[in-house]
Amino acid sequence: MIDFNTYVQLYKTMLKIRLAEEKIAEIYPSDKIQSPVHLCVGQEAVSAGVCQALRVTDHIYGTYRSHGIFIAKGGNLKKLFAELYAKDTGCSRGKGGSMHLIAPEVGLMGCSAIVASTVPLATGDALASQMQGRKRVVVAFFGDGAVDEGVFFESINFAALKKLPVIFVCENNRYAIHSRVADRHKELDIYRFGENLGVRGGRFNGDDTGEVYSSMVKAVEEVRSGGGPLLLEYMTYRIYEHVGPGKDHKEVYRNKGELESALKNDPLETARRKLVENFSVTASQFREWQKAVQEEIDEAVGFAEESPFPETERLCEDLFEERR
Amino acid sequence: MRTLTYGQALHEALSFAMEKDPSVFVMGIGVDDHKAVFGSTKNLVDRFGKERVFDTPIAEAGMTGVAIGAALGGMKPVHIHIRTDFLFLAMDQIFNIAAKWHYMFGGQMSVPIVIRAVIGRSWGQGAQHSQSLQSLFMHIPGIKVVMPTTAYDAKGLLLSAIFDPNPVVMIEHRLLYDVLGEVPEAYYEMPFGKTIVRKTGKDLTIVANSYMVVECLKAAEFLAERGIDVEIVDPVSLVPLDKKPIFDSVKKTGRLLLVDTSWVTCGVSAEIAALVAEEAFYALTQPVKRIGMQSVPCPVSKPLENAFYPSAKTIVEAVCKMMEKEVPDVEVPLLLSKFKGPF
Repeated sequence: MIDFNTYVQLYKTMLKIRLAEEKIAEIYPSDKIQSPVHLCVGQEAVSAGVCQALRVTDHIYGTYRSHGIFIAKGGNLKKLFAELYAKDTGCSRGKGGSMHLIAPEVGLMGCSAIVASTVPLATGDALASQMQGRKRVVVAFFGDGAVDEGVFFESINFAALKKLPVIFVCENNRYAIHSRVADRHKELDIYRFGENLGVRGGRFNGDDTGEVYSSMVKAVEEVRSGGGPLLLEYMTYRIYEHVGPGKDHKEVYRNKGELESALKNDPLETARRKLVENFSVTASQFREWQKAVQEEIDEAVGFAEESPFPETERLCEDLFEERR
Repeated sequence: MRTLTYGQALHEALSFAMEKDPSVFVMGIGVDDHKAVFGSTKNLVDRFGKERVFDTPIAEAGMTGVAIGAALGGMKPVHIHIRTDFLFLAMDQIFNIAAKWHYMFGGQMSVPIVIRAVIGRSWGQGAQHSQSLQSLFMHIPGIKVVMPTTAYDAKGLLLSAIFDPNPVVMIEHRLLYDVLGEVPEAYYEMPFGKTIVRKTGKDLTIVANSYMVVECLKAAEFLAERGIDVEIVDPVSLVPLDKKPIFDSVKKTGRLLLVDTSWVTCGVSAEIAALVAEEAFYALTQPVKRIGMQSVPCPVSKPLENAFYPSAKTIVEAVCKMMEKEVPDVEVPLLLSKFKGPF
């Protein structure tokens, strides 16, 4: 049973992700955000639940759909919006944009727009953790499309071989762009893909943040104590289009039943309902939280709007690091 | 001074680096076996343990990502490949990740990895064990690229590479592994971004790298006996590239021949010829000439293989033509390497 404070924290994180994503979709047509955005509305429970189970010193690696994990791991919201606006004050100083977020101060070590490319990075970071004798756990976030790539299998094999403290978190949102897992794989149980290589796995409801959190707490404990890597598959659903601010619900690639079911089982609503049922949270309390989060987002947007673009001189800086 | 082979010099550099810094480790296919990457990792596993010197699955892409991730986690990996050809499997990680992680995040992250890879040549290495990929790595910003020629370079550049906070691709040459050279016993680093004049001369500038420097020196000896005095300039560090000694040499001789271990098309020779055209064009008294591998995959059959590669003989022919001298009716001595295969 998850305690009240933890559940509230999970809910607030999800709420912040949801409202931030909706704000981005709202701003996007103004063309102030001139970079592809991959919104994670519908998948907030995974970001919130996974990151809540981690320490600030634990490392995570993400994909191009990483606004959620940036927020959930504790990244600065002002820096997130400033990066979306490609401003000098952004988390990547305007050089990364939405697809390349980073917050090393809270353990987000980078996000890549090449499918599966950060899976081996997380594995290597876990190797470093093991070699250094640190108790750092590393999480690789990736989608169901990433399990098509060779480096996914290469990584889980190596992680098993060295018994590394890494958790492979597959956010199965049913589509790799518009292509279904069943169109790309004969076997559909992604969480079992590591079995023959020695990586245990599990599949969970990714729309229930409580279930995500509880499963991750257990996984993190196991992995941190040297139990070796795990492959966790969270079943979830992407509400917005693959890339961009719209909802392509009428497009033929979507399975209507699946869409309706996902809309009915909205993870934020599910969490809200649980807070009401289990902890008797009142409507006014929810309004208060919503107001506070909305204010924080508005402040972040204001910060992004007012921030300067990088000076042109910055173009050729940062190619190589100077040796200290 | 004491002499070591190129392979021994690499080994000494790894030993120094691993003693100096516990975050340095060595990974790659065969680094801990009895062949020890042509001796360059010999006994390191006994000295430093299997946690710091380990064999990897044959998964170049994934293992390159693992090396990068380990670097992001605070380690300094040296990832070794016995042939450069295998790096094609790792290009996504090298170019999309290692080359970008510092710039793309506004200078916050660094990827201190060293990728060592060996070019094969002769004894039937064939199409997939013989390629020289330096220009590919030069093309994408964010990777430092060095090609040690001597044993001295091998030790000094490897130590610089390991303690450089950026990704470094170090391209070695199999035929150089048994070549002896003077190597100081103490720790030293050879700074990147220094082009080296291997031989001074007044008539013609040859820009050559890696093993081709050895062939050029042989050719220079032969040419000197016939009154032609060439200068040999070696850009051991391709990124960053120290252009001035190249321009200075061209300004002195007025003639430029480029000899690369790789193909000429879009190669190092093309790049340097273009730089000279941009910045020292009026110093040239005649068109530049480039020689490298013939524009086909490398064949195995000996007569074809000999015709495929540039050598002291083809260098002499090119120089004589540029100097408007008859090509001497004497065989240019073939350079004999100790390398007799199989690998």
